[in-house]
Amino acid sequence: MLIPVVSIGALGGVLGIGLAFAARHFKVEGNPLVEEVAAMMPNSQCGLCGQASCSVAAEKMVNGEIPLTNCLPGGKALAQRIAEKLGVPLQLDGFEEVTPQVAIVDELICTGCSRCLKACGNDAIIGAAKHIHGVLNDLCSGCGKCVDLCPTMAISMVEVPVTLKSWRWQKPRLEEGVRA
Amino acid sequence: MKIPYLEKLFNWLEQSSHWGVHPDYRKEPAASRLISKLPLPPVLYLPLVQHAGAPAVAVVKVGDRVLAGQLLAEAGGNISAPIHAPAAGVIEAIGPHIAPHPSGLMVETITLRVTGTESVELQTCADPFSLPADELARRVGEAGVVGLGGATFPASPKLNLGRRAAVHTLVINGSECEPYLSCDDRLMQERAEGVIEGIRLIAYMIGAGRILVGIEDNKPTAYKTMCMAAAPFANIEVHSVPTRYPMGSGEQLMTWLTGVELPAGQRMASIGVLVHNVGTAYAIHRALRHGEPLTHRIVTVAGGAVRQPRNLEVALGTPASALVHFCGGLTEEPTRLVMGGPMMGQTLPSLDAPIIKGASGVLALTLAESGSPEEGDCVRCGMCTHACPLHLMPLDMAAAIRSGDVPAAQKMGLDDCLTCGACAYLCPAHIPLSHYFSYAKGETWAAEQSQRQQDQIRQSGEAKKERLARELAERRAAMAKRKAEQDAAKAAAKKEEATS
Repeated sequence: MLIPVVSIGALGGVLGIGLAFAARHFKVEGNPLVEEVAAMMPNSQCGLCGQASCSVAAEKMVNGEIPLTNCLPGGKALAQRIAEKLGVPLQLDGFEEVTPQVAIVDELICTGCSRCLKACGNDAIIGAAKHIHGVLNDLCSGCGKCVDLCPTMAISMVEVPVTLKSWRWQKPRLEEGVRA
Repeated sequence: MKIPYLEKLFNWLEQSSHWGVHPDYRKEPAASRLISKLPLPPVLYLPLVQHAGAPAVAVVKVGDRVLAGQLLAEAGGNISAPIHAPAAGVIEAIGPHIAPHPSGLMVETITLRVTGTESVELQTCADPFSLPADELARRVGEAGVVGLGGATFPASPKLNLGRRAAVHTLVINGSECEPYLSCDDRLMQERAEGVIEGIRLIAYMIGAGRILVGIEDNKPTAYKTMCMAAAPFANIEVHSVPTRYPMGSGEQLMTWLTGVELPAGQRMASIGVLVHNVGTAYAIHRALRHGEPLTHRIVTVAGGAVRQPRNLEVALGTPASALVHFCGGLTEEPTRLVMGGPMMGQTLPSLDAPIIKGASGVLALTLAESGSPEEGDCVRCGMCTHACPLHLMPLDMAAAIRSGDVPAAQKMGLDDCLTCGACAYLCPAHIPLSHYFSYAKGETWAAEQSQRQQDQIRQSGEAKKERLARELAERRAAMAKRKAEQDAAKAAAKKEEATS
C-alpha cells in the first residue's frame, strides 16, 4: 500500500516541479511587436475593422493577415506609423481615406436616457440622466457604437465639416502620358 | 591668418550663389501712381480669422451701433488679434461669408453696414518712447496689428518673444519681391517718416541695437526717401539689396543682410534676429503715436485685366470688387484672381471676398499672365535646385510625393520649403512643384493633427476605464462598509438580547 502511494506521489512531485520549471524558464513570450502595435491603436474597440478587438487587429496586422489601413478611426496617419514600426512599405493602392465622421445628437429627440453615455468608450458623449447629451467632436473616434443604442434614434454620424483650418490642397493629378 | 579681402570675396561668392528667379516684375504703372483713398463701401465684411492663430471672438451683437475704431472682436487666445470697426455703422449680421481663400469656403464674418465715419476717442501719445516697452507691446496687441508682409502673425507676441530672446538685430523687410505688388514701395516713398518711427519703436520694444533695412534695387526712389528719413538715426542702416525672387522672404533677406544662415527648424529669434515688414512698422507707428487700431491697409490693385492699376488705401472688410471697380473695372474676364502676390498669394474664389489684414494686393490676371502650359516629363535639368532659395532638391521631393512617400520628402527638407514657387516658375517641364509641396505639407499637418486627436481619444478612453474601476472599487468598499455596519448592529442587537 505504501509503495504505490510514495512512488506515485514522488512521480507527481517531480513532474510538478519540472512543469513549474518549464513554465518559468521556457515561457513563450507574446510577440512584443504585437503589444507595441496594440498600444498605438485607438483602443476604443469600435470593431469597424471587422476584428474582435483592437489587440486582435494589431496581431493580425503584425502577421500580415489584414492590411495596415484597416483601422478606420486611425486612418492613414496610424497606418503610416505602424508601417514604420514594422519596417514594411505601406500599401496605399486602392486605399481611399474615408472622411472622418463624428456622432451628432439631435437635441429635439434626445430623452437623456444616458445609454450612449455609458457605451462610449472614451467619454466623448457628455451629459447626465434626463439631460440632453452632447458630443465632444475632438474625443469622438467615429466608431458609431452609440448610434444603434439610442432608443429614439437621435444619434447619427456626420462627416467632420471642412473648415479653413482643416482644408488642404489635393494632390496634383498626373496628366496622361507623363512619367514621374 | 585672416586675409580680409579674400574673406570678403568668399562671402560675396557664397552670397551670390545661385538661388531665386527673376520673374517679369510688371510693377508699373501702379508703382508710379500716388496712393489714393478708396471711399467707404456701403457694407464691410470683417472675417474673424484675419491672422495666424486662434480666431477672434466677437464682442458685439447684431443690431449694435458701433463707431470707427471700436472693438468688434477680441483676441481669441495668446496667438490671436482683435478686430476693430473701420467705420461707424450698424452690425447687420455675424455669420458665414465667403472667405478670401482658394477653397471658397465660408468663414464667420461680422457684417457692418456703414453709416458714417464718427470715431471713438483715440488714445494718442506724444512720446511713445517715454513708456515702458511691455506697455507699448500691449498697446500694439490691442490695436490688432499683425505682420502685414503676408504671414499675418500677431505683432504683440512676436515683440514679446523678441524681448525675451535677447534680439540684437532687427531686420526690416522692404524688399517686396513679388511681381505686381508695389504697396510697400509706395508706402516707403510717401510715408517714410512714419515707417522709420515705427522701426525705431519696434527696436525700442525688443531692445535691438542694430537695425538693417533691406530694399530691393528696383525701388530706387523708396531707397532714397528711406535713407533720408533714416539719416538722423545712427543705428538704422538702409541697404539696397539685389532684385531677386524670393528676396522678400524674411529668412533670405536676413541671410543676405547679416550673412548668418538660419539653422533648419529654428526660429529667427534663436539667433538673435527678428524680421518685420515695413507695412507692420507703419501700422505700429499709427497705433502707438496716434492710437489708431489696424483698420485700413494699402492694397495694390493690378493685373492685365485691370483698367487702371494703382495702390489704394482701403478699409479692411471692403469687398475686392469695390477696389477693382474704383480702378476702372475689368477690361476682360480674368482667368485667375489673386489676393497677395502672384507667386505666393491666395487664389480668390470671387471678387466678393473681402480685404483682410494680410491682403497686399488684388490681382486680376489674364490668360496670357496666368495660363499654365501642359505638364511634361521631368528632364532632370536641375533648374529647380538652382532656383530653390534653401538649396533643396525640388525634383526629388516632388517625385517622392508623387509616389505617395511624403516622409521621404520630409527627410529631404520639405518642412523648410517656403512654397515660394521659384522652382515651379523655372521648370521647363511645367511640373507643378509647389503644388506638390503644398499638398504634402497639408498631408503632414493632417497626419500630425490626426495623431494628436487619436492620442487624446486614447487618453480619454484610459481615463474612463480608470474611473470606472475606481467607481467600482468605491462601490464595493461602500457595500462592504455597510455590511460591516449591519453586522455590527446585528451583533449589538444580539448582545443586547442576550443581556436582557
